[in-house]
Amino acid sequence: MFNKTVKELSTGLAQGEFSSTELTRCFLDRINTLDGKINSFITVTEESAIEQARLADELIAKGHANSWTGIPFAHKDIFCTEGVRTTCGSKMLENFISPYDASLVTKFKEAGAVCLGKTNMDEFAMGSSNETSYFGKVINPWSTDVELVPGGSSGGSAAAVAARLVPIATATDTGGSIRQPASLCGLTGLKPTYGRVSRYGMIAFASSLDQAGPMARTAEDAAMMLNIMSGYDPKDSTSLKHDVPDYTADLNKSVKGLKIGLPKEFFNEHLSAELQATLQTAIKAFESLGIEFKEISLPHSDLSVPAYYVIAPAECSANLSRFDGVRYGHRCKDPQDLMDMYLRSRSEGFGQEVKRRILIGTYALSAGYYDAYYRKAQQVRRLIKNDFVEAFKEVDLILGPTSPSEAFGFNSKGDDPVKMYLEDIFTISTNLAGLPGMSLPAGLLNNLPIGMQLIGNYFDEARMLNVAHQFQNITDWHTLAPSSIAVKNS
Amino acid sequence: MSIGPEDIKKIAHLARLQVNEVEAEKLCHDIGNILNLVDQLQNANTQGVEPMANPMDATQILRADVVSETNKRDKLQKIAPLVEDGLFLVPKVIE
Repeated sequence: MFNKTVKELSTGLAQGEFSSTELTRCFLDRINTLDGKINSFITVTEESAIEQARLADELIAKGHANSWTGIPFAHKDIFCTEGVRTTCGSKMLENFISPYDASLVTKFKEAGAVCLGKTNMDEFAMGSSNETSYFGKVINPWSTDVELVPGGSSGGSAAAVAARLVPIATATDTGGSIRQPASLCGLTGLKPTYGRVSRYGMIAFASSLDQAGPMARTAEDAAMMLNIMSGYDPKDSTSLKHDVPDYTADLNKSVKGLKIGLPKEFFNEHLSAELQATLQTAIKAFESLGIEFKEISLPHSDLSVPAYYVIAPAECSANLSRFDGVRYGHRCKDPQDLMDMYLRSRSEGFGQEVKRRILIGTYALSAGYYDAYYRKAQQVRRLIKNDFVEAFKEVDLILGPTSPSEAFGFNSKGDDPVKMYLEDIFTISTNLAGLPGMSLPAGLLNNLPIGMQLIGNYFDEARMLNVAHQFQNITDWHTLAPSSIAVKNS
Repeated sequence: MSIGPEDIKKIAHLARLQVNEVEAEKLCHDIGNILNLVDQLQNANTQGVEPMANPMDATQILRADVVSETNKRDKLQKIAPLVEDGLFLVPKVIE
């Protein structure tokens, strides 16, 4: 049961092969048995899950079910869930019980899906390895002898789906936080167009870059998730009024004659020969579907990481100023005065990486430096976007690597933060441009999964999912499961 | 651009974060490395390029100026560290 996709589970529920209660129990048992080691959940909501499953079974019995009724899943712990602890991976919110639901949480509730809990993540979504979580590191279920990172910041969501503790999970992506863990855990993850999915109730890191998206095993499940998640929300002022198609409708459309661009700046010295070869094999598979490839250029690619590490910290420093120890979150013991309360509450509540980014952002926005850093970065951001606009005049999609390598060991990046930042070198540009990007399994490197990235034009998620689904019809990388979790690779 | 421990302490205070001597030294090094990375931006020719704040160049959506929220004070104050009579309590500000 636990190795089925949402599509298969949905059929199973409709045909009465199993009930939502049985399904929910099955996944909760797996969490109880396996997650002690993986640590992919911060909070498991067992009681409410059982109740939601019971209600789902009633709906199914009455014939009022839709394709999501009774399907278990998990939310990244960045989404506010009413009455449930929402930590964002931080000590600052260790005891924060959200008084309201994020719009995305409401949407999954309305769809009738059964939430099993909240997944672990890098603190305030700042990290690429899950090492910055206050609630301990998440172990990639693909690890064998040596413990490996699941990627980040949506590493808990990725590890939980890869270990079949849930069939799918929600995730968020500011610079690669859906796509990089999807790559490292052998999953299909998609960051939609900026504004496609509501950010209301999603704890903010960098508001002009943050976007929620699906973490799934197949493109088909990702499409089903996007159907629930997408759409205009008056509660999010940057959400966009743009028609929401049925993302599953075009999955089986022919992809013959589509043109995919290969940016020469992505196939460079950052790319290992092994990953290069894996991508070439994937390209051959796409070609067998009638897709044509063409070299393109994104001349400002090398400025993506520098621009990002001004813009994201600047927005982070502004967003995280709300944590003042007054209205919610951590407050220090026995403050001497107001300043002491601010200083100690924030210094005790935030971890090292979060503090570092607040400091960079404060510096970049401070008097005398604003033009040299923030304004300059925003100008470069437009140059990066313009590169993509030009490229999409020639091609339908863009293909490249997702992450520079397969999953790596803990502490392997040393203590130079820049080394970790380069983990997102291929993913950051789409956040800056606001474009949709997805990662799907492309093969194995040293017996570990590795993803490839598809980048689409604005609001072209359906085409990306179509191409990904067709690829998954003729390959089986997405069906591989880590051997540690007692699943036959079938 | 180089950054010293005194700069770090000044920024930290602006951001309402405490930084001790040892941390300031370490942060100088880390943030120095990050600023070196960021300084690559100075190589880009951005003359006449309009800064981009929103990827879709969208402007702020306005709504009619009518009351749309209900009073949720009790619910919201339930999660506050310290409240009294519907007010958030902080250390004494005025002597």
